[in-house]
Amino acid sequence: MKEEQFLKLKEIVSNYLPDDVSSEAIQRESNFLEELNINSANLVDIVLDVEDAFDIMLENEDMDGMQTMADAQRIIQTKLEAK
Amino acid sequence: MTPEEILHHLPYNQPFLFVDEIVSINSESVHGKYWFNPEHSFYQGHFKNKPVTPGVILTECCAQIGLVCLGIYLLGAEGQDEGFNAIQIGLSSSDMEFLLPVPPGETVKVVSEKEYFRFNKLKCQVKMFNAQEELVCKGVLAGMFKTLSHGG
Repeated sequence: MKEEQFLKLKEIVSNYLPDDVSSEAIQRESNFLEELNINSANLVDIVLDVEDAFDIMLENEDMDGMQTMADAQRIIQTKLEAK
Repeated sequence: MTPEEILHHLPYNQPFLFVDEIVSINSESVHGKYWFNPEHSFYQGHFKNKPVTPGVILTECCAQIGLVCLGIYLLGAEGQDEGFNAIQIGLSSSDMEFLLPVPPGETVKVVSEKEYFRFNKLKCQVKMFNAQEELVCKGVLAGMFKTLSHGG
């Protein structure tokens, strides 16, 4: 995945971090719920922002498989290639 | 799903049921009513000798009508209503403004418009009006819905 896309995703995710987690904590393998302390309601908002930012549409299966930053990048990449 | 079926599916009981009637509902919006019974125990303490409906209760009323009734309707429309005995609901965020006090005995109208319902998260813009059609409070509420399979 291109660095540019990772940074774009990181920027979206950083908007939803709780106060006690810094954006430095967002690494390629970071787990959204367990490591970044993002709750499932905010994860939905991240997905909606990702859809807008990358002009893609995610399905329920994609949501189920989206546990880490790497999962998100893989899903975004797959969707972009399918466009 | 009819308003009667939705009321039947609501996971609340007295003294924490704040929906009397669903006036209209569709996939984009809901309009419901509730009468604040002066016998509610919270009026004894909020405030001393001057009963006013607490803002958290107004928020709860907006959430039960605006989020939960609409959410049950939307889940039903998606065919996800089989496991409704085991529905799990959580309020995930609330951002409310309160403009007028609501005295005991008032009948309020709640109007809620869907912003989105995606991945079982429902986000709505809600407004509450008093019997004089004055805006009492308004805001944005969001909640998560989870239907568990039978026995789950």
